Order: sequence, then structure tokens, then C-alpha cells
Amino acid sequence: MQINQFLILSAFLFCTGIYGVLARRNGVLVLMSVELMLNAVNINLVAFAAFNHSVSGQVFALFVITIAAAEVGVGLAIVLLIYRNLRSPDLDHVDQLKG
Amino acid sequence: MLDYAWIIAFIPAVSFVAILLLGRKFPRHGSEIGIAAVGASFVLACVAVVQWINRVENATGASAFKALGKGFVAKAGEHEAVVKPVVHSVTWWQSGGLKFGAGTQIDGLAVVLLFVVTLVSLLVHVYSTAYMHGDRRYTYFYAALSLFTASMLLLVIADNTLQLLVGWELVGLCSFMLIGHWWEEGANSNAALKAFFTTRTGDVGLMIGVIVTFFAAGQTFNIVSINEAALAGKGGHALWLGGAVCLLVGIIGKSGQFPLHTWLPDAMAGPTPVSALIHAATMVVAGVYLGARVYGVFWQGFSIDAGGVNAMALIGGVTIIIGALLAFVQDDIKKVLAYSTISQLGYMVMGLGVGAWTAAVFHLFTHAFFKALLFLGAGSISHSGSHHSFDMKRDMGGLRKYMPITFTTFMIGSAALAGLPPFAGFFSKDEIIATAGHFGYDAFLYIGLAGAFLTAAYMTRAIYYTFFGEFRGHGQPHESPPAITGPLVVLAAFSVFAGWLNATVVHVEKFQQWFEPRFAFPTQVIHPSFRFGEGAIAVIVALAGVGVAYAYYWRGVGHGVTERNPLARLGYRFLLNKYYLDDLYERVIVAGIKGPIARAAYWTNQNLIDAVINGVGKGTRAVGQFTYDVIDQRVVDGAVNGIAEASGETGGLLRYMQSGRVQWYAAILFFAVAVLSLALIVFS
Amino acid sequence: MNWFDSGWGLTMAVFLPGVGMLAVLAAPKADETLQKAIALVTTLATFGVTIALAATFNYDKKGLQLGTDKAWIDVINSRYHIGLDGISLPLLLLSAFITVLCVIYSWDHFPEPHNPKAFLALILLLEIGMNGTFVAQDLILFFVFFEIVLLPMFFMIGVWGGPNREYASIKFFLFTLFGSALMLLSFLALYFIGPNTFDIPKLAALHGAGIVHSTQNLIFAGMFLGFAIKVPMFPFHTWLPDAHTEAPTVGSVLLAAILLKLGTYGFIRIALPILPEAARDWAPWIGLLAVIGIIYGALGCLAQRDMKRLIAFSSVAHMGFVMLGIATLTTFGINAAIFGMVAHGLITGMLFFVAGSVQERFETRQLDRLGGLLTQAPKLGWILGFCAMASLGLPGLAGFWGEFPAILSAYNPASGIAGSEFVVFRTYMVIAAVGTVLAAGYLLWMLQRVAFGTVKPEWEHVHIHDVHVPEWIAWTPMLLLIVALGVYPNIIFRVTDGTVTRLFGG
Repeated sequence: MQINQFLILSAFLFCTGIYGVLARRNGVLVLMSVELMLNAVNINLVAFAAFNHSVSGQVFALFVITIAAAEVGVGLAIVLLIYRNLRSPDLDHVDQLKG
Repeated sequence: MLDYAWIIAFIPAVSFVAILLLGRKFPRHGSEIGIAAVGASFVLACVAVVQWINRVENATGASAFKALGKGFVAKAGEHEAVVKPVVHSVTWWQSGGLKFGAGTQIDGLAVVLLFVVTLVSLLVHVYSTAYMHGDRRYTYFYAALSLFTASMLLLVIADNTLQLLVGWELVGLCSFMLIGHWWEEGANSNAALKAFFTTRTGDVGLMIGVIVTFFAAGQTFNIVSINEAALAGKGGHALWLGGAVCLLVGIIGKSGQFPLHTWLPDAMAGPTPVSALIHAATMVVAGVYLGARVYGVFWQGFSIDAGGVNAMALIGGVTIIIGALLAFVQDDIKKVLAYSTISQLGYMVMGLGVGAWTAAVFHLFTHAFFKALLFLGAGSISHSGSHHSFDMKRDMGGLRKYMPITFTTFMIGSAALAGLPPFAGFFSKDEIIATAGHFGYDAFLYIGLAGAFLTAAYMTRAIYYTFFGEFRGHGQPHESPPAITGPLVVLAAFSVFAGWLNATVVHVEKFQQWFEPRFAFPTQVIHPSFRFGEGAIAVIVALAGVGVAYAYYWRGVGHGVTERNPLARLGYRFLLNKYYLDDLYERVIVAGIKGPIARAAYWTNQNLIDAVINGVGKGTRAVGQFTYDVIDQRVVDGAVNGIAEASGETGGLLRYMQSGRVQWYAAILFFAVAVLSLALIVFS
Repeated sequence: MNWFDSGWGLTMAVFLPGVGMLAVLAAPKADETLQKAIALVTTLATFGVTIALAATFNYDKKGLQLGTDKAWIDVINSRYHIGLDGISLPLLLLSAFITVLCVIYSWDHFPEPHNPKAFLALILLLEIGMNGTFVAQDLILFFVFFEIVLLPMFFMIGVWGGPNREYASIKFFLFTLFGSALMLLSFLALYFIGPNTFDIPKLAALHGAGIVHSTQNLIFAGMFLGFAIKVPMFPFHTWLPDAHTEAPTVGSVLLAAILLKLGTYGFIRIALPILPEAARDWAPWIGLLAVIGIIYGALGCLAQRDMKRLIAFSSVAHMGFVMLGIATLTTFGINAAIFGMVAHGLITGMLFFVAGSVQERFETRQLDRLGGLLTQAPKLGWILGFCAMASLGLPGLAGFWGEFPAILSAYNPASGIAGSEFVVFRTYMVIAAVGTVLAAGYLLWMLQRVAFGTVKPEWEHVHIHDVHVPEWIAWTPMLLLIVALGVYPNIIFRVTDGTVTRLFGG
């Protein structure tokens, strides 16, 4: 059993996630891309845990899943508020911090 | 009184404060306070003079004032010729663990000056009650006079150079205040500023000179110590030369010596009593006093006993001639007297420079009386004769008939100034000239004689315009009130008799005996005995000056005199041929002196020297303007603003990083993580 | 009064104004008289405490007195160490004295936008900083007090200032802060490279032992910048004219009289004793900048049309004399410098008071528009003349005793100064002496244009009030002190000489 397949899969997912985070304008899609990245990390963690015969990786992965759920909850709430205030989920309009 | 001389200076200081605070409430607006104070100082100064003479007489075994000695019997062992000055000192300030005192040093020189200052000041106080009557700032005027008297006395009694410097600057302040007394007019305040600046320029020299002598004498300001160190040549000749040159610059500024004399004529913008007191009799001689006070420094620095020529004698000599020539072209009688003062101060400085200490101080003494007399006389004329004008040609003439007392006293003063025997100026001036000849300063002997000639001539001219001919002014001239003529008479008496204190011609040498220092003083100073030939030449030269001017201004009368003198034609064809003399005097000498030479000198004065002073002022302003506008505001300030702007620009660039777009931030974040991971892989 | 001697007295002198400040802030906004009264009582009490300190002070004892040394910030070994010696005492007295007079002067002179409550609170805060700086014996403590001063002055200029106040206040703040930053760096370097202490007497006793010579020079350079900007020395002076021109009268007075002294005091208290070797290397350059400042400040004055700006430039020249005295590293020079600091504080403070009163009456400071002040307000005119005379260093008044001994000391600077050639400092001496003539030039020129001559037509029918009662009360003590110090300078030399000789003699 090679670890490489898992790593290649997770790298592919992670890159997809980065692309989504950087390129998509829609807040919801950005959030989903973030989820992709987190799950890529999860695959890595589980893979390494199995490979090294240690449970700590799985434990970590569980934490990440939990936090990801929380993050999506908060994130969606923020996107909802952005939509309510700006009448658009487009993140380019959220530039009030501009210097 | 010798031990408590500070009281003499303290009384006018108290009077200054009293007049300033309470003067207006007094019936005569404070003048009575001033007169009483200066009168008290005068009495105490007289006591000091008598006590000093007693001290000298007791020490040297002579007996002039024994009766006044009040039982002071000289004890055995006190018969030495060394009479030390009476020095008292209290701690004034300290630095580096050294204590510096303020105190009094009373010796012959100090008591002479105490007497002169208090006497002239008292007379001027009295005189001013009439002269300044009804002035808009009468009280203030008296306050300033009191302050001046106090400062001048502080300078005189100083036992150290620093205290002397303090007095020196304070009299400068009073001079400033009194020249600018009528400051509403721009010309007056300009004159006041000019006087202050010019003397202050000289003060740079004085200040540095005080510093140099302070270190040269081993960190002391004490005058006796400085003189002793200088005469011993402690620290090398060059050091003392430097100190002497610096101090000389101070003298040049204060005593109106060439080339810093230009302020003195302008200073005549002040009230006439002020001109008499400050700009003739006392303040301007402060420089000479300094020279006499630290004579050891000059003696050592300029090697005065070597003869030939030195800077001090040269400055004095040049000033004699420059000043006297300028007096010929003035219409303003006070300016004639001002240039005359410059010239006479030149005699004193030259006297110090050629080793004639006693003669120079003696001339200071006599000059104070007759020059104050002449100034007060001029004031009397303007007060009662010419309606407050000093223009001899336009507003005077023929006044001898209307103002007999003023006329007589003015004539006495002029005769004393011209050096005619038996008046005071003869003895003192002649002694300077004689010593110059005896000490190997031959050139200055002739300069002195030439000065005597010119002095006699310009005074004759002034008298001609003022008192002879027809009255050219308007109104009815009359004699001045007693408050004015009184001081004139007193001063005239001194102008007649003061010279006899040291009349070497009859072997009276009291002045020298009483007042010349015997301690910390160059022992090589000599006192030439009177030679009849030299005296006669001096008198003849002076008379010649009178004669030339006389021949010129009373041309008709001169004509007659030479015509009635047929005997002279036999021996001296040149001198006795009146035609020839007239031509020579009128066209060559007098016209030459009065015309091109004097005018050139005056032109130089006004257009070169004065222009340099004005130019320096203007140039400094321009440089200041330039420095401020260009360097300060653009370069220096520009650099400061530049730094601020540069920070701003940098911020502006960074601003583009802060787009507010979250994804842009995320991209930077990922990029940075990527770069760092790469670096980690590559370098680990 | 054991408690008083053991540091409580000195602590009171520093923090009593803070109590006053809180009281002023607590006072009802409408009751201005109450606020003024509190401020006056506080400053008077503080001044009283400093007088009591001066009375308790043992003038023959060497070293610090009446102080205390308590733990403060243990982590960095910084302690609450305060104490008085001959150098601090005159300046502490001056600071407390001037503050009282400033409060009196402001009684009915509050500039727009009025608000006496805030103004007085700022003056009191300022006093904490000023008094604290002069008694602090710990570098961090010193730094804290040194910086406390910035804030109130910033607001005084920025809120109560003239038309260009924002520029001036920001320039003042940033410029001096820049210097302070470098100074703090130097302090830290001293701590870490040196013996891990911020205690000034301890550091001074070490004379920089254990620090490489070149490092000493660098540390000195940092301190130099911090102090030189505060002094201010040429070419770091450009904040001063702007700050003075825009500041309200009281702000100008405090700035000129006390704040500038913090810089020179820093040199004498910290830079020179702690790093004597570096000081000797730097001395010729400090002297050079000092004499450039003397001439340059005078030239700057000659070009001015604005009275207050002229006086501000004259400060550059006068502080040049002080710095020249310091640069000689001799007891003469440093005694003169301390005297010069006090004298300049009194005289220039007075000049700014008068300039403020002139501006209040004529609503202009342009020299071209003024004239004949002696006719309309003779007393004010004479006071101006008196101050001008004092400022140009007339003997018999205080200014002389700062200038003359400083020039004198330049003839014979301390041995071991880099190059050790007398020629350099003797040249400085001559230049400085020429500077006194220029000083006479610009001051009398100003006097002539403001006070002499006739009244300009635009003011002919305007009633100009002569000196007011609060002005008299505020000014008379200063004028008397100027005379007293001038006539008997030993009042200060006696106090300073022992300490100066101990620190710099031999």
C-alpha cells in the first residue's frame, strides 16, 4: 500500500480549494472551497495516521471536521449578512477595509 | 574713605532707584535727589583725595597736607616709597572652586577719576536744572544721569577687570539711553544704536582681552596681579601682546579712536549736558582709564620702552590728526567739539603708547574740565543765544556782546584746549609731547605738535563764527541763568588752575608725586624735566594755529597786523611778507586743510569708514535674509519636510497593498506560504 | 521633618501638580474662578515645597540629597530613584517658579478657544514632567518624565495656538519624538552593553568602563541627537521658531524657559558624566554647532519681521552659548551653562510675556506695523527695553553671567578633548564674542522698531492699556530676579559649583 495515492489526491483537492478560494467571487463557493481544503488536510492526516500506526492523526481529523462545521456555520452567517447588506454575495464588493 | 570707597558709587545707585520710583512726587521732579546724591559723592570723593595724598605724603615723608592728617603720624618703617593701593574685596562669584571678588582698588589713578567724575557730574546736574527745564522726560533724565554716575564710579573703583567690564558696559547703556533721550525722532535713536553697536564692537576686543589676561596672569581678574604678571612677562611676551592688542581694540571702541570714532559725533544727538558729561569728560575716557589701569599689559605687550613705533601710539597719533582735520568742516558747534574730543583722546592714547603715563592721565584730568566747559558753553549758547540751534554759521555770530560770561569762559576753555599757557591744557599736552620726544618716539613728537597747531586753528574758527561778526540768528539773545553760568565759572577756574598741579616749568610735580602708582608699575617710566625750548615750540605752534585761523577769518585784521610789522620783513621774508603769508595760509595751508584735505578726510569718514560700518550692517542683514530665506527655509527646513514627505510616499506605495479584497490577501498569504515552504525545502 | 528629607518632599515637588490637575478636572466646568484658584494654589504649594527643599538643602555636601531610591520596575532593574544636587536645584526652582507666574499671567489671558479648565490641567501636567525630569536619577524614569512634557505642549500649541498651529504642533511633536527614540535606544544600549543598570549616579561613577570606545561614541551620538533636538542646536532647530510663533503666550514662555533646558540638562546630567571619553571626542563638533548656532541664530533674527519669531531665533543663539560652555567640558563652562539656562529661562520667558502682551494689545506682531510703544504704553516699553538689554548680555543683568564665563571657558577647554588643540576652541571663543555684537544688533533693532519713534497712524486713536495688574504680579518677580542674579551671580554659582567641580573637575 503506497501513501502516494492519498497524498496526490489530497494535493489535487487542496489545489482545487485554493483555486476556488482565490478565483471565485461568490462567498458561498469560497466557503465550499475552504471546506475542500480542510478535507484535503483531513485525508492527509488520516493517511499518515494509518501509515504510522498512530491514532493521533485520526483524532486531529475529527477536530478539524468539528471546527470545519463550526466555521461553515459562522461563515454562512457572515455571507448571509453580506448579502443582506450589499444585496450581493460577491466578495469583491466587500472592500470597506481598503486603505 | 579709602576703605569705604564703594559708598561713593553706591550713593548715586540708590539715587537712581529713588528717582525712578519716587522722582515724580518730588517738587522738582527728582532733580534734587540726584543733585544731593552726587553732591554727597563729590564730598566723599574729595575726602578720598585728601586721604590718599596724606597716605602718599606719610609714606614718602613729605608734608603737604600734614595739617589735614588729623594726627596721623608716620611711624618708623613706613617711609618707603612703595604706596600700595587700598584694596577691599568680597566674593562675587565662584567657579571650579576658585572665588572671584568684587571690590575696590583705590590708588592715585582712582581718586583722580573719582574727583573728576563726581565734580563734572555734579556741575552737569546743576546745569541741567535750567537746561532741561520743562523737558518731557525730566525725571527720567535725572535717573539716567544718576545711573551713569554710579556706573562710571563702579568702573573707576574696580579692583578687577571683570568689574571694570561691568561698569564699562553699564556706562555704554547709559550713553545709549541718553543719546536716544528724544527717541521720537529716528535720527536720535539711530545715533543711539550706532553708538551702542560701535562701542560693542570694540567690546569684543575688551572681552577677549580680559579673558586672555585672566589666563595669562594665572586665573585671576585682579588688576594688581595682572599688572605684576605682565611686567614679569609671565607666560611669554606673545601672550601679553595678544592681550594688549585685544584690550586696545576695546579702547578704540570706547574712546573714539580711529577707525571706530564715527559714533562720537553722531552721539551729539543727545542733550548737551550729556555730551559734556558722557561724551567729553568721563565715559569716553574710560578707554584711556583702562589703558592706564592695566598699563603693565601694554608696557609688556607693546614693549613700550623700546621706542620707535607701536600700535597704541600709532592709533593715538592717527586719531589726533584725523579728528582735528575733521573739526574744520563742521558747522555744528557740538560736532566741532566732538571731533576735538576725538583728537584729544588721541593725545591720551598716544601718551600711554609712548610711555607718558602720568602725562596722559594728567591730560585726562585737565581735558575733563575744559572740554566739559566748552560743551556746557555751547549748550548755554543754544539755550539762550541761538534758539536751540547749534549751527554756527546760520544761527550764531556776534554773541560776545550778549553773553559775556559764556564768552569769557568759552575763551578760557578754548585757550586751555589749544594749549596756551598758563591754562591747563598747556601743561598736560606739552608733557605728552615732551615724553614722546624723550622716549625715542620722535615721529609722535611731531604728530603731537601738528595736532596742537590744528587744535588752535579750529577753535579759533569756531570762536569766530560763534562770538564775532554780526548776530545771524533771530530773536533776542541774552545771558543764561545762574544755574548755567555757575558751572561754567567753576569749570573755567579749573581750566585755569588745574594745570599748575604738574607745572614742570616751575618744578611743581605734585600730580606725579601724588597720583602715579608706585606698585605693580613699570619702573622705567621717566619724567622728562621741562625744557624751555620744547615748551616754547609747542606754544609757538599753537599760537601759529591761532594766527593762521585768525588771518583767514579776520582777513582784514590780519592784513593790518602784518602791515604794522615792518621789522619782521627784514629777517623772515616768507613770514613777514603779508601778501605772501596770506597767499600761503589762505590758498595753500588753510584752504588746503579746510578744503581738499579735510574734505577728503571727512569724505573718507563718511563714505569709506562709515560706509563700511553701514555696509557691514546692511550686508549682515542681507546675509541674514539670505540664510533665512534660502538655507533655513529651503535647505534645512526642506530636508525636514523632505523626510516627512518621503515617509508619506512610501506609505502611498504600501497603500496599494491594502486593497480591501479578502481574496487578494489570501493570495498573498498562499504565495508567501509557498515561497517559505520552498525555502524550507531548499535550505534544510 | 524626617519624612520630608527622605524623598517625600521631592516626590511632593513632582507629583503635587498631579493632584492639582485632578482637582481642576473635577471642578465644575462653569466655575472658572475655582479652577484658576485650584491651579494657583497647587503651583504655589509646589513652589513652596521647592523653596523648602532649597532651605533644607546642604550646600556644602557633595552628592545627591533629599532623595529616595525605591524599587519600581524590577524586570528591567529600573528604580524610582530621585535626588537633588547643585545642578538640579536651580532648575527645579526655576521650573516651579515660572509655572506659578504662568498661571498668574493666564488669569484673564486665556487664548481662544478659552476653556481654562483644560488649559490649566495641561500646565499642571507639564509641571509634573518638567519637575520630574530635573530630579530623576534613573534613565527610564528620566525618559518617562522627559516624554510626559511633550503631550501637554502638543495640545497647548495644537488647540490654543495661532493660525498655523497644526503644522507647528505636529512638527514639534514628531521632531522631538524622533530624538527621544534615538535617546531611548542609547539608554537601552547602555543597559545591555554596560552594567545592567539604569541608575545615573552608578553609571556616572563607572565613566563608561567596560564599553568599547567606538561603541561609547555611538551611544553618545544617540543621546546627542535626543538632547540636541530639544535644546535645540543648529541644524535641529527648525521646529522651534514654528512652535514659538504658533504657541499661546504661556506656552511660549514655558517652552523657552523650561522645555529647552531639558536638553542641555540632559547633556550635563547624563551624556557627559556617563560617557566622558565619548564626550571628549564629540566636544569639538558640539562646540562647532554651538558657535554656528550663535551666529546663525543672530542672522536669522536680523531677517525677521515677526517679533515672536525673532525672539524664538534668539533662543537658538543663546542656547548656542550654553552649549559652547558645555562643549568645553570645564567647570567654568558648565557652571556658565547652568547659569545661562536659568538666565535664558527668565529673560526669554519675559520677552515672550512682553511679546504676548504686545500682540494682545495691537493684534499684530509685525515689526513694520508697530512703533512708539514708549509713547502709548511707556511701562511696557521700558520693560521690553530692559529685557532686550538683559538678553543681549549686559553686565549687571543675568544674561551676562551665562555668556561671559562660557566664552571665557572656551579659551582653555578641558584637557583630552579630541585634537586637544586650543586653536579650535579659541576660534570658537572669538566667534562667540562676535555673536554678542550681533545680539546687540538684533535686539536693539527690535527695540527701536517697537518702542522708539512715533506711533503709527493706524494706532493713533486706539487706546493702548499699559501694564495690567496680573502682568505686574507675574513679571515683577522675574524682573527682580534678573537684576538680583546679575548683580550677585554667586546665588547660583555657589549652588552649582560644588556639584560641577565634583563631576567635571580635575
